[in-house]
Amino acid sequence: MRILRFLLRKEYLQIFRDRFMVAQMLLLPVIQLAILANAATFEVKGARLVVVDEDRTTSSRGLIDRFVASRRFQLAPAPVSTRGADEAMLRRQAGAILRIPIAFERDLVRTRAAQVQLVLNAEDGAAAGVMLGYAQRIVADYADELGATLPGASLAMATVRAGQPTLDVRTRGWYNPELDYRFYMVPGILVQLVTMVGTFLTALNIVREKELGTLEQLNVTPITRGQFIAAKLIPLWSLGLLGLAIGLAVARFAFHVPIRGSVLLVFGTASVYLLAALSVGLLVSTMVETQQQAMFVTFFIVLVYLLMSGLFTPVRSMPTWAQWIAQANPTMHYMEIMRGIMLRGAGLREIAHHLAVLAVCAVAVFTLSVRQYAKRAV
Amino acid sequence: MITPRKRMRRPPSTLGAFVTKELHHILRDRQTLAILLLMPLVQVLLFGYALRTDIRDLRVAVVDPTPDVATQRLRTRLAATARFRLVTVSPTTKVLPELFQRRTADVAIVLPTSFASTLGRGDTAQVLLVTDASDPNTGTTMQVYVRSVLADFERELEGARPRAGAPIIGIASRMRFNPTLESANLFVPGLIALVLTLVSALMTAISLSREKELGTLEVLLVSPLRPWQIIVGKVVPYLVLGFAITCLVLTAARIAFHVPLRGSVTLLLAESVLFTIVSLSLGVLVAARTSSQRAAMLGALVGTMMPTALLSGMIFPITSMPGWLQPVTRIVPARWFIVIARGIMLKGIGIEYLWRETAVLAGMALLLLVAATRSFHAHLD
Repeated sequence: MRILRFLLRKEYLQIFRDRFMVAQMLLLPVIQLAILANAATFEVKGARLVVVDEDRTTSSRGLIDRFVASRRFQLAPAPVSTRGADEAMLRRQAGAILRIPIAFERDLVRTRAAQVQLVLNAEDGAAAGVMLGYAQRIVADYADELGATLPGASLAMATVRAGQPTLDVRTRGWYNPELDYRFYMVPGILVQLVTMVGTFLTALNIVREKELGTLEQLNVTPITRGQFIAAKLIPLWSLGLLGLAIGLAVARFAFHVPIRGSVLLVFGTASVYLLAALSVGLLVSTMVETQQQAMFVTFFIVLVYLLMSGLFTPVRSMPTWAQWIAQANPTMHYMEIMRGIMLRGAGLREIAHHLAVLAVCAVAVFTLSVRQYAKRAV
Repeated sequence: MITPRKRMRRPPSTLGAFVTKELHHILRDRQTLAILLLMPLVQVLLFGYALRTDIRDLRVAVVDPTPDVATQRLRTRLAATARFRLVTVSPTTKVLPELFQRRTADVAIVLPTSFASTLGRGDTAQVLLVTDASDPNTGTTMQVYVRSVLADFERELEGARPRAGAPIIGIASRMRFNPTLESANLFVPGLIALVLTLVSALMTAISLSREKELGTLEVLLVSPLRPWQIIVGKVVPYLVLGFAITCLVLTAARIAFHVPLRGSVTLLLAESVLFTIVSLSLGVLVAARTSSQRAAMLGALVGTMMPTALLSGMIFPITSMPGWLQPVTRIVPARWFIVIARGIMLKGIGIEYLWRETAVLAGMALLLLVAATRSFHAHLD
């Protein structure tokens, strides 16, 4: 016990002596949250729209006004021709081109149906799909509005409305009624943070001793492997929880992200997950010789874990084989737990299944890494 | 020890020897090299096959307090829709929290009482659509799917006539440059940027700070090598490695996903060399400013990898970012490179459209090279 206490003191001193590291450790969550929470969104605001209005009537101008009024689009200086609009898109000056053909209004009045053309710059992928959704909405709303104002509309309306069964569909989005993307991303970012701190720092910390030769020295002292591992893991474990606490505070007070479940449960599950993350770090440290190798191996592992965890894309959209892999991924389970607690206010009962898998993973990786470590050190 | 010293007298071969030494360093570390080659391939695989956002299997719960002919028809209709799977039918909404918490349902359709008779009278029946919106994107998409099924159902109702009231405005839409929104086409340019940053910035930062930490940099300092030669010697091997990996990613993506390469390959490769130089200079800068390998790694991660992944438009479109963040992305080199790479690969445009982005990258390269050499100098003194 006494030896462990000394070792722990040494570790804490070593960690906190490196001011740069400590500063980065504490600043990292804040910076990451600030950037990620704001940058990680697929919402589109003020996309540049080039309009080629060949109709030039009240109706066509009305449609353009609706596009601008939605604030989803902003008008780019208008080239008159289709050629000019094409050129603007090649130069990235236009995100979308709306072409309203001649006879737009005439068709609307005569046949009650007309068509417009929308070309989207799909170079940005996700944004193009989102823009199309907005445009469909705007155009549909405008069509409804026109129903009342277009010549001859009110008459048709009156005859139809009477006696027609209709559905009035109301929608409600549970847990995130305002559809704030940040509420969804922030728990994920916190998971990422805990993962990075846990694995990277552990692997680097141990390999550093290896590289500098101090590990050899420790091996010839009466310190047991258990003491050594405990002395290495406990400080980093507490550091991971500290990072999480800072991240949570920033999320709660700076970004007003709700924490609907119990904070105690957040830290309890984090402790279990950290054991798994730290063990992965320990395992990596037994496999490599230099810090550079440790860095790359950890980076590779963490990247795959995070991508397969549902951080950016839903696990349920993955092909079946990938979903099976994801089931074995502790990060995925922890992601579910964090989102469950923070967003849905889940209690222990609701997350029990994920927590059980997580605990099994943690114990398994921990046992494996300790055994591996003992083997290497002999 | 003596022979190499003699050879070092003549400057050109001095540099050559130094570059060879660095190359040996890289090639000797099989593990790192394997990961550097494996990582891009695994990423191509993951991004291309596993990371999708489309929803193929939607689990629907129906709350039907008074089952009748109409609700039965709606339920059959839902069950018959390919994308939907009816998981449960319940008389009350009490089960919903449990269903959503356990994540066994994604959407719940709450039907009113006496659905059939309301519709039979020609009245409006109120339907409530509850979605798990914790993921707003998926939540919105699911709403759209269910609404379209409900709209079809409404159209088929007895006594329904075509809605002549509001006119219909159709949208003929076209996704230009990537008609099917194939994700592989979008991520490959970003992936090249990410891998190049990893190889050049991170590796250089670590390898330089390693020499610093181990004290071998001091040895280099007293050698006849000039500071710029040390930097060039450190940088050239990674330039070669980065070039090889770019070719590897492009080939893999073309074979596996038939990613288009509509513009000039030569231009694309030249631009990636330019981008690599920028990243390498950043790596040298980070190494010069930090004191330990660990600090250099963290610095390179936070200073180069994170901006490349998040602020370059690789995953999240820049136009979606808040107003204050958009100007910040302008100092991220990868942002410009991704515009260039996408332009060449997807749009098939040439330098006449991309000279502005190229100029920005070239400017950054020049500025960073000077800054890196300077800060290296400062360290020497």
